[in-house]
Amino acid sequence: MYEILRKEEMARGSIIRLDIHSPLIASKAKAGQFVIIRVNEQGERIPLTIADCDAYSGVITIMFQIVGKTTALLRNYKAGDYIKDVVGPLGKPVEMEKIGTVIVVGGGTGIAILHHVTKAVKQAGNSIIGILGARSKEYIIMEEEMAELCDEMVITTDDGSYGTQGFVTTALEKYLQERPDIALVYAIGPIVMMKNVCKLTKKYRVETKVSLNPIMIDGTGMCGGCRVSIDGKTKFCCIDGPDFDGHSVDFDELEKRNNMYLKKEKDALLFSIRQ
Amino acid sequence: MFDYDVKYLKFKTYLNTYCPHCNKSFNVKHKEHDHLLYHGIYQGQKLDLKLSPYLDVFENDSSIEVPKGEVLSDLICPSCQNSLLDPDIKCAECGSPVAKITLSAYAKLLPFYVCLKHGCEWHGLSKADERNIKLKIPRQDMPEQDQKLRVHNFLEVPYGLTTELTQLEAGRCLQCTMPKCVNGCPVNVDIPAFIKCIRADDYDGAAKKIKERNILPAVCGRVCPQEEQCEAHCVLGIKDRPVAIGNLERFVADWAMKMDTIKAPIIKHRMNKKVAVVGSGPGGITVAGDLLQLGYAVTVYEALHEPGGVLVYGIPEFRLPKSIVSFEIDYLRKLGAKIELNTVIGTALTVDDLLKEYDAVYLGVGAGLPKFMGIEGENLCNIFSANEYLTRINLMKAYRFPEYDTPKPEGNKVVVLGGGNVAMDSARNALRCGAGEVTIVYRRSRKELPAREEEVRHAMEEGINFKLLTNPIAFVGNDINWVRGMECIRMELGDPDASGRRLPIPIEGSEFCMETDLVIVAIGTGPNPLIFNSTPNLARNRWGYIEVNPETMETSIPNVYAGGDIVTGSATVISAMGAGRVAANAIHKKLSGE
Repeated sequence: MYEILRKEEMARGSIIRLDIHSPLIASKAKAGQFVIIRVNEQGERIPLTIADCDAYSGVITIMFQIVGKTTALLRNYKAGDYIKDVVGPLGKPVEMEKIGTVIVVGGGTGIAILHHVTKAVKQAGNSIIGILGARSKEYIIMEEEMAELCDEMVITTDDGSYGTQGFVTTALEKYLQERPDIALVYAIGPIVMMKNVCKLTKKYRVETKVSLNPIMIDGTGMCGGCRVSIDGKTKFCCIDGPDFDGHSVDFDELEKRNNMYLKKEKDALLFSIRQ
Repeated sequence: MFDYDVKYLKFKTYLNTYCPHCNKSFNVKHKEHDHLLYHGIYQGQKLDLKLSPYLDVFENDSSIEVPKGEVLSDLICPSCQNSLLDPDIKCAECGSPVAKITLSAYAKLLPFYVCLKHGCEWHGLSKADERNIKLKIPRQDMPEQDQKLRVHNFLEVPYGLTTELTQLEAGRCLQCTMPKCVNGCPVNVDIPAFIKCIRADDYDGAAKKIKERNILPAVCGRVCPQEEQCEAHCVLGIKDRPVAIGNLERFVADWAMKMDTIKAPIIKHRMNKKVAVVGSGPGGITVAGDLLQLGYAVTVYEALHEPGGVLVYGIPEFRLPKSIVSFEIDYLRKLGAKIELNTVIGTALTVDDLLKEYDAVYLGVGAGLPKFMGIEGENLCNIFSANEYLTRINLMKAYRFPEYDTPKPEGNKVVVLGGGNVAMDSARNALRCGAGEVTIVYRRSRKELPAREEEVRHAMEEGINFKLLTNPIAFVGNDINWVRGMECIRMELGDPDASGRRLPIPIEGSEFCMETDLVIVAIGTGPNPLIFNSTPNLARNRWGYIEVNPETMETSIPNVYAGGDIVTGSATVISAMGAGRVAANAIHKKLSGE
């Protein structure tokens, strides 16, 4: 049993941040790694990327958008409640060296994970340009924390209610055109966003890394549910990833695989509402 | 689970005996038996079972009642009213009158004697007669759930032997002075000794006898490939079918579980040494159990949220009820094991971390990396590894979706690739999840199927199709990337390969298409890289598994031992337990300095 120490709702309650007490994971976790949680005895196992961790206090932070039954269930949990199982840290951590200027692109909930990665990028001594995007002003999260890490930061919203109107790709293209010294682009967000970012950076021949979030069960390489096509080869996201070279990822396949249980998830939600 | 009424197990009931005069069947039953065992309630279902081809449900259901504790002066056949008493013979042990009846339809011509005081058999028979009768008793099969009904539930398929069947079956054992069956068992259970206990109605003694060598009897009685192990060595198997050792083991273990007679021993001698066991599968359980009884402090690390390894995520409920696994895990806890769940060795803690805290480490992590065919379209939706499919259904209980949150994979025309136990389990699971048609596609022939004989038989009985000598070459998807078909090629068998099995060779031009909407790939597993990534100095053999000294199971790192699938590649529950036994002995030898 793992205790929830703090809970915060963001972006009109659509994104939730939980601080969970788990000393072992907190002492070992590095940026880019994830945990698998199971809320209760009937629960499913879902992977969630670690958004922050503090070895000293033994706390890991997870942030997630409410999409399926488990995340909807977690919405009702508050500080002091317990989560049945938390396993981690899983996946390979971000490996970062000093390479110069790095653009970090985050969309929606992806910004939460991006923040952890950006910390690692910063620690390696790189200068950072941040591009954050969301639907509208309310959905931009962790703006201050990101601003602290970035040397330059741009915010885009789909409806123009904050920052510049448009997608992250518009802002990114501008940078790619103006700054030939960009060594790496790190994109974390919805699959569509990562796909479009990669399309763009391929054009400008800039190395791009993405963090993938396929469906998983065990997260230790046992089930193979998280397989993704990287350069036509099958890789397991849980042990070979979750970070991959964005230009090699088959995003269309990933998107379709992630939508495999859309109807089932609705059924599960309806079932819990009726009860 | 085992809610048949065991109160009656102590008494003897002779079922379906025959009158030597009129050949009509009747039962001799104890007066206190108001119902017969197999008319009882089992797993919440009312049963009226057909016992076996030989012990058929009798037409003439008349009974002779033997009052408790009294000596009858005569036994009268309920049909022809003739006396069954044999005036020439008296019970060799107590001198009481003896009735002559015949045992079953099969052994109809053989006289069979019942002492009227004790109801005990064999009295008054010479050793040679006894042996003769034994050889005439046919092997007793376990009663099973109806083929048509069982595909709609997840209840166990065989009900287990009844007491009567157990007695009959145990009576077949010749009690060889040089038993070969014991050598066939990877953990060397003293098989004749436990069968002798059964014959003496001492089920408790039998259970303890098994538990001495095998910490998981209820599991092994169900999932061991006995036909390749103990039963393969049984001398009866030369002319007839061997003694059903596995079924007897299962009966005894279930009896002990129901009666709760196995108590964890109190460990007096403490070793003051700590051992970490990585993985709570059958191998890990054996190592932990052995070392705990030797006085070591043992901590078991498990990556999943439930202990048991393949016993909980892989083997389905209808083959191995999860309540049995949790009973055995509880026993381990009672022995004093500390079980750390949700801890992945390789990421959360490394082997080096463990070595700092423990005197020895045992790696029983299994070979949990599913293999895929590497053919086109393998990542289409609704194509699963058997690991994922079985984990969803067994561990995550997806068959009870939406009560449990994990979605259940669904399909009407299911294809399972592979011919092992895992393929059979997947196919039978799919049937129980509501598939209209399930087909097993295997590239060799029926003879080479690596699955247990019983599993293949069960699968065939349940109506699973077998497309043998067939290999898939590509998968075809629809517009939203869901699998819709599979291209296959027919195979023929060539010369034997390194494993001794004949190598399948594709027949040119024999390609064809199969319709399918759910594919389960059950072609085996490989070594999981997690442990190797964090322990680069761990030597691996040429298949990528851990290299060990076969006599001690010690790896290239001192005080780190390994066994089971991570050393041998995918194998059986009992072979992992055998490796665990070897490692436990070696660990004890090293740590105690003997």
